[in-house]
Amino acid sequence: MAAPTDRMGLLLVVLFAVLFSIADAVDRSNFKTCDQSAFCKRQRDVKPGQSPYRALLETMELSEARLTLQLINDNNKVRLLLELYRLQGNMTRVKINELKPLRPRYEVPDVLIQEPPTESLLLLERDEHGMVLSLGVDDQRLIIKARPFRLDIMDGPKVLLSLNSRGLLVFEHLRLRKDTISHKISSTVGSMWDKIKSVFSSKSEADAEGVENDVEQNEAEKAEKVEEVTEEEEQPGMWEETFKSHSDAKPSGPSSISLDFSFPGVDHVYGIPEHADSLKLRSTEGGEPYRLYNLDVFQYELYNPMALYGAVPVLLSHTTERTMGLFWLNAAETWVDISSSTAVQDGGDAPQTDVRWISESGIIDVFIMLGPRPTDVISQYASLTGTQSFPPLSALAYHQCRWNYNDQEDVQAVDNGFDEYDIPYDFIWLDIEHTDGKRYFTWDPNKFSQPREMLQNLKNKKRKMVTIVDPHIKVDSSYKIHKEIRSKDFYIKNKDGGDYEGWCWPGNAGYPDFTNPQMRAWWATMFAYDQYEGTMDNLYTWNDMNEPSVFNGPEVTMHKDALHGGWEHRDVHNLYGFYVQMATAQGLIQRSGGVERPFVLTRAFFAGSQRYGAVWTGDNAAEWGHLKMSIPMCLSLGLVGISFCGADVGGFFKTPSPELLVRWYQAGAYQPFFRAHAHLDTPRREPWLFGPENTALIREAVRQRYSLLPYWYQLFYNAHRTGQPVMRPLWLEYPGDAATFAIEDEFLLGKDLLVHPVTDEGSHGVTAYLPGEGEVWYDVHTYKKHQGNLNLYIPVTMNSIPVFQRGGSIITRKERVRRSSSCMEDDPYTLYVAVNAQGTAEGELYIDDGHTFNYEKQNQFIHRRLTFTEGSLSSSNLSPDSQFSTASWVEKMVFIGVPKPSAATLRTADGTESPLEFEFDPASELLALRKPGVNAGADWTIHLR
Amino acid sequence: MSCAYLLLALSLSICLGHAVEVQRPRGVPLSKRQFYEENKPFTCLDGSRTIPFDRVNDDYCDCKDGSDEPGTAACPNGSFHCTNAGYNPTFIPSSRINDGICDCCDTTDEYNSGATCQNTCREMGRQEKEILQKQAEIAKEGFLIKQQLINEAKRQQEEKQRKLSEMQTNRKTMEDKLEALRTVKEVAEQPEKEAKERHLKAWEDQKAIIQAEKDKAKMAEVFLELDDDEDGYVSVAELQSHSELDPDSDGALTETEAQGLLGGVDKVDASSFETAWVSIKEKYISESQADSAAVDPPAEENRQPVPDNEPYPEDDPADEDDDNENEDDEEDEEDYRDEDGDKPPPSVHTPGKSEQDEDAMPPYDAHTKALIDAAQKTRDDFDEAERALREVDDQVKSIEKELSFDFGPSGEFTHLYSQCYELSTSEYIYKLCPFNRVSQKPKYGGSETNLGSWGSWAGPEGSLYSAMKYDHGTGCWQGPNRSTTVKLTCGKETVVMSTSEPSRCEYLMEFTTPAVCQEPLSSESNLHDPGEL
Repeated sequence: MAAPTDRMGLLLVVLFAVLFSIADAVDRSNFKTCDQSAFCKRQRDVKPGQSPYRALLETMELSEARLTLQLINDNNKVRLLLELYRLQGNMTRVKINELKPLRPRYEVPDVLIQEPPTESLLLLERDEHGMVLSLGVDDQRLIIKARPFRLDIMDGPKVLLSLNSRGLLVFEHLRLRKDTISHKISSTVGSMWDKIKSVFSSKSEADAEGVENDVEQNEAEKAEKVEEVTEEEEQPGMWEETFKSHSDAKPSGPSSISLDFSFPGVDHVYGIPEHADSLKLRSTEGGEPYRLYNLDVFQYELYNPMALYGAVPVLLSHTTERTMGLFWLNAAETWVDISSSTAVQDGGDAPQTDVRWISESGIIDVFIMLGPRPTDVISQYASLTGTQSFPPLSALAYHQCRWNYNDQEDVQAVDNGFDEYDIPYDFIWLDIEHTDGKRYFTWDPNKFSQPREMLQNLKNKKRKMVTIVDPHIKVDSSYKIHKEIRSKDFYIKNKDGGDYEGWCWPGNAGYPDFTNPQMRAWWATMFAYDQYEGTMDNLYTWNDMNEPSVFNGPEVTMHKDALHGGWEHRDVHNLYGFYVQMATAQGLIQRSGGVERPFVLTRAFFAGSQRYGAVWTGDNAAEWGHLKMSIPMCLSLGLVGISFCGADVGGFFKTPSPELLVRWYQAGAYQPFFRAHAHLDTPRREPWLFGPENTALIREAVRQRYSLLPYWYQLFYNAHRTGQPVMRPLWLEYPGDAATFAIEDEFLLGKDLLVHPVTDEGSHGVTAYLPGEGEVWYDVHTYKKHQGNLNLYIPVTMNSIPVFQRGGSIITRKERVRRSSSCMEDDPYTLYVAVNAQGTAEGELYIDDGHTFNYEKQNQFIHRRLTFTEGSLSSSNLSPDSQFSTASWVEKMVFIGVPKPSAATLRTADGTESPLEFEFDPASELLALRKPGVNAGADWTIHLR
Repeated sequence: MSCAYLLLALSLSICLGHAVEVQRPRGVPLSKRQFYEENKPFTCLDGSRTIPFDRVNDDYCDCKDGSDEPGTAACPNGSFHCTNAGYNPTFIPSSRINDGICDCCDTTDEYNSGATCQNTCREMGRQEKEILQKQAEIAKEGFLIKQQLINEAKRQQEEKQRKLSEMQTNRKTMEDKLEALRTVKEVAEQPEKEAKERHLKAWEDQKAIIQAEKDKAKMAEVFLELDDDEDGYVSVAELQSHSELDPDSDGALTETEAQGLLGGVDKVDASSFETAWVSIKEKYISESQADSAAVDPPAEENRQPVPDNEPYPEDDPADEDDDNENEDDEEDEEDYRDEDGDKPPPSVHTPGKSEQDEDAMPPYDAHTKALIDAAQKTRDDFDEAERALREVDDQVKSIEKELSFDFGPSGEFTHLYSQCYELSTSEYIYKLCPFNRVSQKPKYGGSETNLGSWGSWAGPEGSLYSAMKYDHGTGCWQGPNRSTTVKLTCGKETVVMSTSEPSRCEYLMEFTTPAVCQEPLSSESNLHDPGEL
């Protein structure tokens, strides 16, 4: 789905101006640069130097796990409260707020899965210059320096990370607006407008007076301690800001925060999605900072730090020695500056990376994850915000989408097409046109008059459907959803207290306040089968436009001075999409009485969104560059917990050449969320429309996906349990190999499959880096063996993309590919045992019912370890407490890289032994055991002699 | 679930009452039965290897071509044969065996999945039979009509051909006649031309004499006018008062210049003024007229009254596309046209007509007139003949164009030419004019959109005439030009059945016509024989 584009006939004339203004490619002028965002400019104008902050050591209080300390800004005498926590799992939390803010400042709720468990902090040393605390692990210490205030985290003599070492801690304290009438008129138009506005705005002044008494008292208190306070200058955009005819009233005035972090010795930093940019973050010096502000960007540009649909304020640093992470828990508009330099360290030149975070409001609340290994950082972050939700198995299969499948007959015809051309698929999707006039939770009475019948037809083939449910609600007094939201007063309010209204697909629309738990609870009930009429249990949900997208709003989103109860939209913006998906997923769970796992796709997201479903990279384009970009974009998301990521296969805007489409299917088949999608104005592109050859190529790509579904499912189970990403950059598994650090044209699935998509037109070959000294890699198409730690040129044809299985791994497949994943439930497995240099291999197999919560509520699953060592392959139970029975058995075992045995025997749990027939191909050292026939959940051992 | 590799005893006693019992492995069609001989080693149908017979249908794929597992899902490329007694036998991919979905109407694909399938073959057979019968009836009638159409087309074609050759013969005669008339015309025009030239020459001579006299009179008049001191001489000083005579146009008539004009002397008398007159008469402005003459508007300005909005009608065709985008403009355009229509045709005012009248050539004398009349007649005759020839040419072209269309192998689509067929939906009226164009017009106001002009026959190989393609229609905003595929199916009547837009700006129209009806097979033997397996 798109940003506003071209639905000319359908939208009202009033909208035209808006539409045309964003009709061609990305119109950068629609989106702010740092200079155009007043707080970013103010903050960025503060250059590194001596920090005005000083720690008041005498205010230190240390309880078991919490240290508090006041900081004072020697320029304005405003005091801050610093809180330090040592968290379990080698993390440190640093919170900084005003000691006595005029009003409470926003602290992000609902993102952390719990109040992070703490561990005791030990004060090691203390003098008038500062103090030293022990961080428990090894020789890790935290040093607080008083003047200027600075924090250093040390590992022995080594500085791992410094805070405020560049003096960029800037905390704009909440303040009262000065009497502006007598104030000198400043030269900027923005502040001029401030003045004019304030003259006419008697209400805000009256309000201000109300508060003033309290504050005066406050001030009086301060005055006792403080002799001299430097008057801070008014700067432009503090009290009102205008961008392209949109004004932001900013009744609370300036409130931004900033803090710098220095990573000595670090050259590689990653994360802070979502940007259409390289995996390794680039220096932003002399350019724009990376921006985190959920926006509906029409036809986004590649290699650009502009904000996109989602925001996860998590950054990872990595060196061959240590991986660390920063989680900046703030939901307001945020900018991240990155600069790299070379510093003298340990007598030699060492790289250093400096990172500066700037947010418009809220508090500083940062989690420092100290690793040391990449997987540790990921576990640490997972312990804070949770892990990937475990999707229904079918959601890992192939999804067929288009804006729009026109009507029920069209759905039927596409469904039949997949059978006719023998291409599997699990989900068919309906975009906005399926609704009755863009009223979500309804069906177009002409085109989709019998939705149940349509869903039943799909169900008869064990297939499923997704319909779109966007958060903008048509303002229409005869529309049930609107009426209820209005009557329950659940809409977001504009700054004057009325319901906020903006333009979106339905025309005039209201935006439910998803930050309100009562609203979310009500929203969830709307997915009940008797509320969302015409639905059945094989219907799932897609949340689009939840940045939120407001066609006529500033930067195509909501006005920051809109109100969510007591908070401004400015405070919660990046959380909106997170909450929409949360409430929707809850609705899908509830409608089944808590039995079924939900599947919800979202475009906007935040830290923690992994708990609620899948995300995709939004409105990309049918261009080779976008295919290429899908890799770093999903890798970046995986690093910050969001494993269930995909890009629109084929590209949303524009029309792919058959070659690009085929290559995209081949790449998409190896990316977590595998969905083809297309813009309304593009020609149809179902897989069989490009001639028999291309149809066959696409069929083969999709079938490869289906045969690997057991592996995908196990990877997702693993991601769900541990937070480890499904799709991984190479450096995650080979952290000591610097050659992997910037690789973004290939990736690992789990740790055992290496995939190098073909992303260039007319390509005859690719150069893949096979990592790991002493590792061996087997081409899954030819079983050819390659040594690790080298660059390998691989000729390619249109038939496939290079995929390698790591020697030492066992991968389970189901090779009887059927028309949907559910049809394959009871099918037998084939094990692919690829041995390493030591002649061993291991893997896992996970099986459950594929769609309910019984795996966690009733321990109904099978989890087995498969081990091959010294000629014996055995299956052992990894989870003796769980129970599940499967009809699936093992039909074949393929050993790659083994010598020819003289005999193979199967020994089952009851001790019986039976010989197995086998075939051996000496050329590729390929051994295939015929029909072991053991149940997939049983204990057994195979001996090769 | 290790599966039984049992032989399936097919016990079929259907329809005709006699029982057929054929033993063969599950999923094997009768035609391949001989390859699966019980208890003999089985050789994969691609010959790649031989396996013991008990490995046929043992739920493990041994043959690369999948031929050892016709009745299980073990081979990714296998296929399963459903006998479907009572309906059509068919093959399904073996991945559909025991997948819980009933594919074969005889339920044989789901023998071990727990799916409860109903045998629907007989019902389906009955339905199919009905449909086929109905179709056959339609086809039969349609085919009869088609024969008539073909005959009619043939007749028309012949008629056209005949007419064409007739016209071509005619044309030859007419061309000859035209040539003859051209000669006659040229012959008659020669004396006419000479007589007219003579007449013109005489008149011009006459005019020259009159002009010379006029000039002389004018000269005398000017002489008197210039001779301010009435001394019978025009002096340099007298001439200098006429600055318009300045030869180098520097704004001043110097003494030398004036002298030069007078022929190098200081003054001239009336008799020797002629030389000076020749050099000044072009520029000279009469003293009496001097003031008013300067104000006289130049003749060119009289061109002004050409109507302001003249360009609009010419622009119309080009504007058509824009009209579709914006209805307001459309109305404006029409307003313009209305104004134009109401206005009297602009009269072109020709200045100086009366003066020309004075100078008008005298009428031709009777002899010349007679010559002209005679010549005019030959011209009229010639033009007439030429027009007639052009008409015939147009007709020939139009017939040739029509004959050039591919109206099907037997010309069965001929009758669609220059016809249009409409379909009204809730929003639009669609119009198909075969071999011409497809269009769409909103029901409630708004202009017509071109959905494509005739392109070509576009059916798949073997049935080229089952689809037509119309392309290069009105462009889509940010998209391709509209195009339409028309699918033709057999019907008794020629009707547009439905339209849809499967992809943005790509339309699909279903059109029935007897012209595509196939000859029904002689009996109903095309309906399957239920006894056959």
